[in-house]
Amino acid sequence: MDMSKDLIAASATPLVLAILAEGDSYGYAIIKRVTELSGGHLQWTDGMLYPVLHRLERQGHVAAKWSASENGRRRKYYRITKKGRVQLAAQRQQWQAVDGTLRGIWMKECTA
Amino acid sequence: MTTFADRPLEEQIAQWRAWVRRRQALHGPDVEELEGHLRDQLVALTEAGLAGDEAFLVAVKRMGNLDALSREFARAHSERLWKQLVIAPDADRPAHTAYTETLVVLGLAVAAALAVKVPALFGLRLSPDDEVPPFYFRNASLFVFPLLAVYFMWKRGWNAISSLWLALPFAAAAVFANAYPFGTDADTEVLTILHLPFALWIAVGFAYVRGRWFDDGGRMNFVRFSGELVIYYVLIALGGGVLTFFTMTMFLAIGMNAGWFVGPWLIPCGAAGAVIIGSWLVEAKQSVIENMAPVLTRLFTPLFTILLLAFLATMAWTGNPINVKREVLISFDLLLAVVVGLVLYAASARDPQAPPDFFDGLQLLLVVSALVVDGVALWAIAARISEFGFTPNRVAALGENLILLVNLAWSAWLYACFLRHRGSFAVLERWQIAYLPVYCVWAALVVVMFPPVFGYR
Repeated sequence: MDMSKDLIAASATPLVLAILAEGDSYGYAIIKRVTELSGGHLQWTDGMLYPVLHRLERQGHVAAKWSASENGRRRKYYRITKKGRVQLAAQRQQWQAVDGTLRGIWMKECTA
Repeated sequence: MTTFADRPLEEQIAQWRAWVRRRQALHGPDVEELEGHLRDQLVALTEAGLAGDEAFLVAVKRMGNLDALSREFARAHSERLWKQLVIAPDADRPAHTAYTETLVVLGLAVAAALAVKVPALFGLRLSPDDEVPPFYFRNASLFVFPLLAVYFMWKRGWNAISSLWLALPFAAAAVFANAYPFGTDADTEVLTILHLPFALWIAVGFAYVRGRWFDDGGRMNFVRFSGELVIYYVLIALGGGVLTFFTMTMFLAIGMNAGWFVGPWLIPCGAAGAVIIGSWLVEAKQSVIENMAPVLTRLFTPLFTILLLAFLATMAWTGNPINVKREVLISFDLLLAVVVGLVLYAASARDPQAPPDFFDGLQLLLVVSALVVDGVALWAIAARISEFGFTPNRVAALGENLILLVNLAWSAWLYACFLRHRGSFAVLERWQIAYLPVYCVWAALVVVMFPPVFGYR
């Protein structure tokens, strides 16, 4: 399934925040998690995740820290902040509203 | 991230890293983060059974289009499109050299600032109420230029013995600036004050080019450096002016007069230290930012051409002769110096291989009109030179006029050849840089010969 670019871009922020809400993580692991959760339907261009993360960091929704990884090189870990959790809750409501509306129409189609 | 035992794969990663680093919107840590991602991906792919180069291709492809990626990075960090100076880390140089350099520069700047205060220990005080003793003006370049030369010798890695040779011109300058028994308010003293910095600048140039004066590009780089330094110095001076203004007004507001600090300390020490700091900024910025001197040249060449043509047309139309006063010769000297500067900095920024274009034609027009204007002025002055007599100022001004005239006349000839495809631009560039020592030799001549010849008047 080919998703539209706009939809991928719009869903990036809540997805990243939601994954970080599960626990601290880093770029590669976040992408792996997205693929896993979407069953392979959401295919991000790997590099594009990083500008998103940096923007979230700048907005204060996530905090980043360089620390050593299990293989000795350093790696940048991201953590969701309080402000990020508030943002995630707000986004969640918006997405639920969209989802609910679409569901309403499509359920009617099914029953009609 | 993992290091791979696979040598070719490591090489491919290194190449990719170098390629990504060239992007302006991507900074060192971003590249490191992306490289970490690439390596994680490669581990996963090779574990899944792909060979090293196959895995590399897939991983790079998944990373996405680099142009699109750096666009996204630029959107997330829009400030990066403005090149930052002092904080911009140089990827190819370890951070500690930059740190050492900062320390060396600050040390030299403080040394230059303190050097200005040394004469005060021997009774030559600067005070806000009295006039500045001429000693300070005569030795202005000696407070700073030796330290600037030291900076370049340190930076270019000179050994101690060859640097001792470079102490000779400075020692000689100190002797000639101070040994002559100048009369009070002597013209020759003013000439020494004006010419000594130009004579000594070539010694700084020697340190700048690491003593290889005749190597390709060295002298032209020094010309570029000089132009940029002037621009930075003016900018720093503007900032210093604002600082001075606030120092005075804020202390006045609480009923204190800061004049004792501003006059004898802030301005002279700041002016000396700023030369070192400005030089360091130019050195640091040369690869980071576009040079300003050629930009200004492009901007002002047409404007000066219009000015000169309008001047000639008006003179021809009205028939007004040049009113020969004392200062006229000097102002025409300055005009020629500006035109030579425009030619020099146009040459410094030009690709010598490029074919002639519109701007080269404009340069020729500028040079020719400057020559005509100067010719008219010289004619007017020559007619009355016997009336004036030979004072040191007039001889100096006349000599400078001739030197600049010779340069411009030959430049015009070379430009004309170049425009008619009879010669290359490189010839013109070579002429300009070969002529540089002439200015310094003349300046040295004025400093050394004029006072005794004109009886220290």
